[in-house]
Amino acid sequence: MDKNLSIVVVEPDQDRAREIAEGLTVIGYRDILVIGDTAKLSSRVVAAQADVVLIDVANPSRDILEELAVVSDPLNRPVALFVDEDKEGLAKAAIESGISAYVVNGLSADRLRPVLDTAIARFNMVGRMRTELTQAKRALEERKVIDRAKGLLMKARGIDEEAAYALLRRTAMDQGRKVVDVAQALVTAADLLS
Amino acid sequence: MSVLNVGFVPLLDAAPIIIAAEMGFAAEEGLALNLKPAASWSLVRDMLAFGAVDAAHMLAPVPVASALALGGGANVSLSAGAVLSMNGTVIGVSEPTAMRMRDTGFGFDFADPIGAREALLAVAPKPLRLGVPFPFSMHYELVTYWLGAAGQDAVEIRTVPPSLMADAIANDEIDAFCVGEPWGSLVVEQTAGTLILPGTSIWSQAPEKVLAMRTDWGTENAGSRNALIRASVKAARWLGNPDSATIAAEILSASEFLDLPAEVLDRGLSGQLTISSRGENRRVGAFVSFFEGAANFPWRSQAEWIGAQLAARAGLDQTEARTAAASVFRSDWYRDAMEGTGLDVPGASSKIEGANAEAIPVASAFGRLSLMPNQFYDCRVFDPDQT
Repeated sequence: MDKNLSIVVVEPDQDRAREIAEGLTVIGYRDILVIGDTAKLSSRVVAAQADVVLIDVANPSRDILEELAVVSDPLNRPVALFVDEDKEGLAKAAIESGISAYVVNGLSADRLRPVLDTAIARFNMVGRMRTELTQAKRALEERKVIDRAKGLLMKARGIDEEAAYALLRRTAMDQGRKVVDVAQALVTAADLLS
Repeated sequence: MSVLNVGFVPLLDAAPIIIAAEMGFAAEEGLALNLKPAASWSLVRDMLAFGAVDAAHMLAPVPVASALALGGGANVSLSAGAVLSMNGTVIGVSEPTAMRMRDTGFGFDFADPIGAREALLAVAPKPLRLGVPFPFSMHYELVTYWLGAAGQDAVEIRTVPPSLMADAIANDEIDAFCVGEPWGSLVVEQTAGTLILPGTSIWSQAPEKVLAMRTDWGTENAGSRNALIRASVKAARWLGNPDSATIAAEILSASEFLDLPAEVLDRGLSGQLTISSRGENRRVGAFVSFFEGAANFPWRSQAEWIGAQLAARAGLDQTEARTAAASVFRSDWYRDAMEGTGLDVPGASSKIEGANAEAIPVASAFGRLSLMPNQFYDCRVFDPDQT
């Protein structure tokens, strides 16, 4: 497999950019440029003589790359994704996973495949790590709120912790809400009244 | 109930599609719309091309550019089944530029595009760096048409996504911009710039966004295609009623759509613009038109005008380009969709663009259709029958 591709990764998130670049290095690609801020994006991509530009689909700067397509020869124009020859649904898989590839030099699907596969895998990995982290943080925050609400109930009603939690849970069930939402409402009300 | 995936970019003029889904106009046509926001126009175009969405809110010049094999899209034929909105864009300048324009005595008259151009070019750095959202956009066409010969070597046009326009102007990456609402108002809110003209002052009837779909999808799914065109047009008619503005602003402001304060969205919807951080106001009549004056009818001549501009820049053959462009705006699909709805449609599919300074009645199926004033700032006309 030809590993002499010039790859540009447009990614403001440093962790994600590092993961993608590392992943590509591991499988043998050497010519990788990471662009973090999008000032003068199109001229920098041209200067890097990129064959492939990888960019997050959620990044609005993707539209700046369209300038590349305007200045070049229509027969050899860069395409965002080659739908015509994309029999394996590579384009769709890439976009659905959150990466979009901008192919600069009429690159064939065979040559792009390993690049995209790796980028998608690494992109998803960072995404999963992020989700886990936010989940853990949220769980911690929720625990804090519930603890405060329990404390408020224990003091106001002279009940023990177990009874306070049971009361929160019963109220939540009666109102079809989450325990944490009921706890939050109580904490907010208490803050307002204090 | 058939389910359609419809792409949009979070902008005020995505309203017809959002309102069709939210206010029951799609359901009335037996459609459930699954709306998919996209961060960029190139992404919407690609989603359409490989079938991730069935239809999309799209810049009017994008399907035309595709037909002329310009730009980075895949080689897939796209068509416009309806125009979703006319105008709704603003031109603005950075605060330092606005200050210098003020010093020349410029009064920020929204009805004086020639005065604004002279004042801008007199004080602007060389080259003037001007941001537009996409290389194939009515914004690009309007500013180049407005600057004309004066702009050819004095202006450098850069692509800046709408949501990044305020930052680009605040960071001195650009001196001026043309963008769709609410992003112009947000530049003002961030005290980064001042608005100098509405897009309407350059062309009072510029087709801004269209309902785009793959040509083969539209051909093979005529039922769904027509239902979607009808739902969008009925939503547009609702939006065209000034009484709807408040509710429309509330719906659009929701986090799954524009996620911006309703008050800022209301400025574009009502045409009451705050143009500077000093709080100066301008009232713009028909700032954005969703329905009035057969706004939704995809005139072949509109596509031809766009095709002619694109061809001139890319050095393509004018006659061929105009023919290819005209085939993109499907007035035939639109007529087919309106059959039996009681909504009036023009008798012709093409018209002379820029030919009427006042509203005029036009031959139509029920004889009660008027066209809005249609005029370019320089009073030139575009006759599709003449090359």
